[in-house]
Amino acid sequence: MAGEKGILIGGELPSSGGRPGMTLELLSIGRKLADELNEELSVLLLGNGVNDAEGQELIAHGADKVYIINDPLLATYHPDTFATATEKALREIKPNIFLMGRSEIGQDVAPMVGFRLRTGVAMDCLDLQIDAASKKLMMIRPVYGGNARAHFVCTDVAPQMATVRPKTQDPAPRQEGRIGTVQHLSAALDASVKRSEWVAYNKWESAGGVTLPNAEIVISGGRGIGSAEAYKDTIEVCAGVVGGAAGASKACCDAGYAPPGLQVGLTGQRVSPKLYVAVAISGASQHIAGMGTSKNIVAINKDPDANIFKVSRYGIVADYKQVMPAFIKKCRELVGKSE
Amino acid sequence: MPLHLICCAKQVPDPETPAASFRIDPAAKKVVPAPGIAPVISPFDEQAVEVALRIKDKRPDTKVTIVSLGGASARDVVKHGLAMGADEGILLEDPTFENVDAFQTAYVLSLAVKKVGQFDAIFCGRQAADFDQGQVAIGLAELLGIPALINGQSADFITDNRVTFERVLPDGIGVFEANTPVLTSYSQEVGQPRYPTLRNIMTAARKEISVWKAADLGVNGAAFAPKTRLVDLYVPTYEGACEIIEADSPAEAGEKLALKLREAKII
Ligand SMILES: Cc1cc2nc3c(=O)[nH]c(=O)nc-3n(C[C@H](O)[C@H](O)[C@H](O)COP(=O)(O)OP(=O)(O)OC[C@H]3O[C@@H](n4cnc5c(N)ncnc54)[C@H](O)[C@@H]3O)c2cc1C
Ligand SMILES: Nc1ncnc2c1ncn2[C@@H]1O[C@H](COP(=O)(O)O)[C@@H](O)[C@H]1O
Repeated sequence: MAGEKGILIGGELPSSGGRPGMTLELLSIGRKLADELNEELSVLLLGNGVNDAEGQELIAHGADKVYIINDPLLATYHPDTFATATEKALREIKPNIFLMGRSEIGQDVAPMVGFRLRTGVAMDCLDLQIDAASKKLMMIRPVYGGNARAHFVCTDVAPQMATVRPKTQDPAPRQEGRIGTVQHLSAALDASVKRSEWVAYNKWESAGGVTLPNAEIVISGGRGIGSAEAYKDTIEVCAGVVGGAAGASKACCDAGYAPPGLQVGLTGQRVSPKLYVAVAISGASQHIAGMGTSKNIVAINKDPDANIFKVSRYGIVADYKQVMPAFIKKCRELVGKSE
Repeated sequence: MPLHLICCAKQVPDPETPAASFRIDPAAKKVVPAPGIAPVISPFDEQAVEVALRIKDKRPDTKVTIVSLGGASARDVVKHGLAMGADEGILLEDPTFENVDAFQTAYVLSLAVKKVGQFDAIFCGRQAADFDQGQVAIGLAELLGIPALINGQSADFITDNRVTFERVLPDGIGVFEANTPVLTSYSQEVGQPRYPTLRNIMTAARKEISVWKAADLGVNGAAFAPKTRLVDLYVPTYEGACEIIEADSPAEAGEKLALKLREAKII
């Protein structure tokens, strides 16, 4: 490695299958790192028909430069085309640091590109810092199902690569009057790079309305809920009353009380809402891995020693069956909203 | 032609170890094994073996090989795979394989796969339940120059040269197809892996497990260099004590909670 400069973000556009909001979350942590290193912050956008205005919008949110690659093969997300275009851009731009979201895209593309460039990647980081002495990127990530935390650095390789867990960074604010440049690159992709085909997409039946990833309030049930009927009557009804989404622990899904798509945790959905209510959930590290960054956590559990209280702001030690009807009724009054 | 499927499985501390028994030796940057809790095959790797065996159930002439890179105790992971129904086991064990990073792991696995020779598909876990990296599977595919389909719940062969694969996405299932050779990785949606039968345990006990060292694989010093370094490992502390809401009855506590959340403008 020699002379690599700047921080580059792999942006995500919902129009080509990216996660909404991810780019702004990356811009906020990227800006912090760029200012600390006194280096430029840029964004790489892949798509087909991405225009300069979209680039200017990211400049308003903190980028100094935006690179755009338009190619018919990038119109919708495919791991092979996105990895190949990203690899080409990295060889041309030669950044010091390259960040992506730990989204569906980042889970494929970051390791693919990292291995192609023979560099180091840390997946699913909660935080990134610059080590004062070495000026290296300190990549902080949960390990052992969230039981432990690890700090990694890259050896003498470049770019230093990390993926950032969605919803752990506040989106970068818009600032009027920021200026920067938009530059177009070409990937000259050939269809032969695609080695798999996406042939069907069977979406879960969704109850409609608020879904887990975008919910500001999540009401989750655990194994202690006891039945599918109780899950519906308590968790889903409560979520409806407060305008939130229903979630569940793995044990609750495995028992068939809640639909499989609603699992929150290490291997389920990651959420970071304003309010997370954990009802009859013990708080295993793998569950906390998916919701521990929520702004306010409330636990309702009959076991005063349940681990979930360790991460909670408010707790009630009691049988949920006696707490929830009154809680739901009061919420309905306060929120002034019926199901 | 009979199919040949290779499963990569890692040994990890039992992830169901209660949080209270979880300890770290900060100086060694290692987890201290909890007394009386044996290490296990990483759960998603066991599910990957299950998917391979479901294919073998349909096509009994299929050969399933299980490979694990680890210390001497990782032999138990290979044995477990054999007891579930795999045909051959390989342990990659060498002093230089201790504390390897994701790149080095994938590199050694790629040499092992090349030494095995012909195969149709590789089965991995979505992420190993120790460092939760979720990189080695894709890295192995990249080093072998084959496609990777990740985070699956099932796979099947459409023809001898083409697989169909169901990937678990946040809002549903994506169905993918790819030509072999291909690497696939699996998550909990696979469902419960089979228990070893007594007969398979007996057969497995008699099976010879190949042990391959760095020299057997032609590990090349320069190519084997790590790309990342672990500088710190610790148990995070959660700041902020929990306020337990006291009341005369659980119902009243529920009402108080709603009021508190309203006051704090959370609902
Ligand atoms: C590799 C791996 C990945 C995993 N991924 C995830 C994941 O993504 N998400 C996840 O959630 N888990 C995950 N797990 C599982 C995790 O380890 C726990 O087993 C799981 O979270 C437990 O769910 P639970 O809290 O609902 O059940 P339990 O641990 O059984 O807890 C039930 C709780 O309900 C309380 N309770 C019972 N009845 C009542 C009542 N009437 N009123 C009030 N409280 C009551 C009990 O006191 C108890 O605390 C994973 C595990 C592994 C090994
Ligand atoms: N030491 C190892 N031996 C065998 N397979 C491994 C090893 N490490 C990782 N793998 C495979 O790669 C997957 C992803 O691992 P990781 O990137 O470490 O989370 C695992 O689920 C295994 O299938």
